[in-house]
Parts: sequence; structure tokens; C-alpha cells
Amino acid sequence: MKGPGGCAIGPIRSVIVALIALAATAPPAWAELRIDITQGRAEPLPIAIAEFAGASAEDAQFGRDISRVVSADLERSGLFRPLDARAFIRTEASVDVLPRFADWRVINAQALVHGVANTLADGRLRVQFRLWDVVAEQQMTGFVYQSSPAGWRRLAHLIADAVYERITGETGYFDTRIVYIAERGPKNRRIKRLAIMDQDGENHQFLTDGSNLVLTPRFSPTLQEITYLSYYRNVPRVYLFNIDTGRQQIVGDFPGMTYAPRFSPNGKQVIMSMSKDGNSEIFAMDIRTDEIVQLTHHSAIDTSPGYSPDGERVVFNSDRGGAQQLYVMDADGSDVRRISFGDGRYATPVWSPRGDLIAFTKIHRGTFYIGVMRPDGTGERLLTEGFLVEAPTWSPNGRVLMYFRQWPSDETGSGNRSKVYSIDLTGHNEREIITPLDASDPAWSPSIPF
Amino acid sequence: MIFRIFALMVAVALVSACETAPDESAAASGAGASKAATSSTGTTSAATPAATPAAAPSGPTAGSQEDLVANVGDRVFFDFDKYNLQPDARATLEKQAAWMKRFASVTISIEGHCDERGTREYNLALGERRANAVKDFLVALGVSPSRVKTISYGKERPIALGSNDQAWEQNRRGVTVVTGGSPSG
Repeated sequence: MKGPGGCAIGPIRSVIVALIALAATAPPAWAELRIDITQGRAEPLPIAIAEFAGASAEDAQFGRDISRVVSADLERSGLFRPLDARAFIRTEASVDVLPRFADWRVINAQALVHGVANTLADGRLRVQFRLWDVVAEQQMTGFVYQSSPAGWRRLAHLIADAVYERITGETGYFDTRIVYIAERGPKNRRIKRLAIMDQDGENHQFLTDGSNLVLTPRFSPTLQEITYLSYYRNVPRVYLFNIDTGRQQIVGDFPGMTYAPRFSPNGKQVIMSMSKDGNSEIFAMDIRTDEIVQLTHHSAIDTSPGYSPDGERVVFNSDRGGAQQLYVMDADGSDVRRISFGDGRYATPVWSPRGDLIAFTKIHRGTFYIGVMRPDGTGERLLTEGFLVEAPTWSPNGRVLMYFRQWPSDETGSGNRSKVYSIDLTGHNEREIITPLDASDPAWSPSIPF
Repeated sequence: MIFRIFALMVAVALVSACETAPDESAAASGAGASKAATSSTGTTSAATPAATPAAAPSGPTAGSQEDLVANVGDRVFFDFDKYNLQPDARATLEKQAAWMKRFASVTISIEGHCDERGTREYNLALGERRANAVKDFLVALGVSPSRVKTISYGKERPIALGSNDQAWEQNRRGVTVVTGGSPSG
């Protein structure tokens, strides 16, 4: 990733990170504390997250808030069980002395996180934390972070990421954001707005005012831009939205409806569908040079294209075989192969950032499913189902999916509701993402560089 | 590309059919319409008809949207995941084409809509197909393509609010909307 991940909404322009170590304790590495997240349902790891200390009242408040966010992040992953602080025997207010491990073992904590927050003379917030293996009595990791005080929440997510990474061996995904469509109003006059929030639903912000129908936002890998469909002036076209400036800009000058946009992994192209005279084809456009390449040439519906993480292949949705199925082609449009062969109709394919799986929506006998399969079409697994579940999006580490769920309504439209959910790749730990209004079309940001 | 050439051939076939057997040549135009729907297998389930034409003496202004709705029928319906025109849809569109000839300055937009039982992006493509099936049929009946625009709303603008078969039948539709040139202005 190039450049800082600065953006108008996440106000941290820079985060200084330093690895800290407490000189002591390096016994031989035996039976290291570890969660294997590829296993089905592991018992969540009991972890003690002590309230971060702070010398002043203000710093103590930062400390409390940070431990609360770290705890909530880890709990929501389904892999950790933060212990009730009321059971704690000690507070471990200092990160400069070894914890009393025996006191943490008594309450069955296997890991301990503690830290301290202090505001520096220049006004910046400095947060130091350590993660301890309580059984082996050794430090697993520790960092110092600095940011503007307004960025305390992001520091907390970075700490949660560090804990998650150290214990699971996977990259964390807590310091990320979600762009989605906020919805309200009756079913036939639904008001839809672009909205953005942190992955835990905090820092929520509307990006458009609802005067135009907007759909299917997706993040640029460079994080500053979103591509989406807008019915601006009642002409459905793909647009770019700059998160820093709020500027909106049409993508290309196409003679027909453009929709279903996604960025290429390097952020230079937008791949999308264009429909004209009733036929839809897939196009890739370089958003700097405006060079356009048509990738499909078929009378069928060809839509919902998305790149593999190496940018060399494209997965898409087509009914060229009769009903909606998933196809993979090379990025130049050659070598088209159908990959979905199960019962039902397949749609909205999205390649995992790890490259190993493709997530999809499946419709079979009136039920909608979210599932995954390998890029060659084998190993199909369905993770969740409902009256309508649609549009999976991957966490940047490829371990969690978000999607939206819609409920049926009666003749008056009552009961119509739509919410975003997350689910672990194992099919466990399904959680609603709390949003102020109804929600659909979520898209997970890449990891935010710092 | 292939589709476009094919559609053109169908349109030509339709036009010539209409020349020899004007107006209620349902057979000829019907064959054309089902051909245009290349991959569809027409099923027989009857779509719900549009508002029944009612001769209202002091009715809406001739050539207006209200006139179209009341005396011609502004919409046609489609089967699930299909965009071929059913016989009753073709009958409605033949009346629309005649109405368009009567009010030669009227311009229209055809809205293509889907039910909620599909995915969003696919439904945008399907709505576009439906709108164009309507447009192609009208054009084949002699309506100038310059008078007809299309827009797809996918599953975004249902007319019936329920989540049941009857509502979904109502929502799988192509709607003709007068956009300009109405005699009354």
C-alpha cells in the first residue's frame, strides 16, 4: 500500500508504533498459546483484559475506553472470551513490572492484556500495552502506539489486531471500515444512502443525502475511494466517491447503464457491467487513462465481475448456460470456464483476499444462501441461509464474511427489514452489525496501512 | 454483438410480418417476440393483466400518462427470471404502439423491473432485458426508436409490497412512462 491511510473520517494521520519488550522471561517455547482458527468450533480463549491505566482522570478515561473496545473486538471475533473484570484479583496497572500470573490463573485466564495511556506534552496520546501468556508466564507481544487523542478508538483496534495476530497467527481485521447502503422508508419508495462506519459500527457517517438511489459500493484498495452505482439524474451509472473530499465523479462515458463495479487489486481499474440494447457485457476501465477493454462477448447476462487478488483472473456471474452460474476467465477475457455446478442459481461471486476461496450468493428452491467454494468450483460449503441473504464481502484476512439479510414483508410492506451480518468462515459466530437504519450491500475495506 | 445482429433480424422479421398482416396479427408478432427471447422457454402461467381499459367520457387528457393507463394499459408482466413477452403482454403493446402512432409527438421511457427473489446486480441486467424486450416490440411495430428510452430498476422499485407470489407477479413488469410530447403538455 502506498502512502498513509489518512482519511477525513478516520482522523488518525499517523500512528507511531514501537515494539516493546520486558527484559525477562524467555523460557523455551513449549505448547505456545495459540488458537487454530481453521478448526470448526473452538472454545473461545479466556482472556483477561485489564483496564488500561492512566495517571490523570482524562488518561484513565482513555484507558477504560480503550480496554472496552479491545475487549469488544476480541469478543465479537468469537475466538476470545474476555473475562468479567469483577472477577479480577489484581488490576496490573503497571506495564513495567511482571504480572502476578498465579492470580490470573486462579480465574482461569489463559492470556492477559494490560496497558497504560498517557497524554504527552505535545497533546498526543501514547498507549502502551502487553499481551501475556499466563500459563507459560511470558510476554507474547507488546507495542507502543501514538496518535492524536481523537484517534484513541483506532489505537484500540490496533491493539486488538496485535492480540488477534499473535494468538491466531492470522492478520487482524479490527482496524478496518465498512461502506454500505443505509436504507429507510417504505419498500416502494426506499431512500438509500451511502454510509461508512468502522467494522464495529462506530464512527458512523452518511456520505450521500438520499436524493439519488445508490447501490453496491465497493472500496478501492487505496482506501480513499469508493466505486458505486448512482441513479443521479435518473441515469444509472458507475461513479467514484472520494472519501477525503466528498467529490463524486462518473466512471467513463458509456452509452448504456453501467453497474456492478469493483476495483482491481492495484486500484487502477474498475471492472463493471455495461448494458445496452438489453445485453450486458463486462468491461474493465483504467480510471486514469480512461482506456476501456471489453472482456465478454456474449448475448447472455454477464455481470458481478471481480478480480482474483493477483489480478490475473476474473470471476463473474452469467446465465449463458441457461441459469445464473459462476464463471472464471483470465483478466483479458480469455479461457472462460464455468465453476459452479451445484443445484440452484449462483450469484455475486467475490474472490477471497487470500485467493483460496470464492464467496457467493446461492438461490435454491426459494431459499437464499451465502457460501464459499474453491476457485475451481470444488469444496462448496454453505455458511448461512434465509428468506434473502445476499452480497458477501470478505474481511481483509479472508476469515470473516459480511453480507446482508432481508426479511419478508406482508401486503402492506410491514416486516420489511434489512441488516448487515458477519459470520466466521467456519459458519459459526453469526452477528448483526448494529446500524442506525436498515442496511444492505456491505463492502469491507482492505487493511488500513499506518 | 451476436445478440444485436440477431435482434435486428427478429425486428426485421416482425416489421415485414406486420406489413402483410397489420394490427391483430398476434401469430406473426408472437412468433417474433418469443424468438427474441432466445434462451427463454415460454411458460403458460398467466401474468396479471394491466388495469382494464375503461371508456371514461370525461377521462384523462388524450395522449397523457393517465390516458395510457386508463385506456391502453401502461404495463406488461413477465415470468420469473424471464424477459420474453407473453401473448397478453404483446396484445397490450400492440395497443401501446397504436396509441403511440396516434400521439406521434409523445416520447416514452420503458422501465424494467424485477421481483425481490433475485440478486441485485443480476436483476439490474434482467430489468434492462425486460425494458428492451418491450422497446424492441414497440419499435418492430413501427414506433421510432428515437421516441423510446429504457431504464432498469432491477428489484429497487416494487409496486406490490408483499413478499408473496401475487406481489412478485405484479413486480416483474415493464412499465411505459410518458416522458414528453403529451398533447396537453
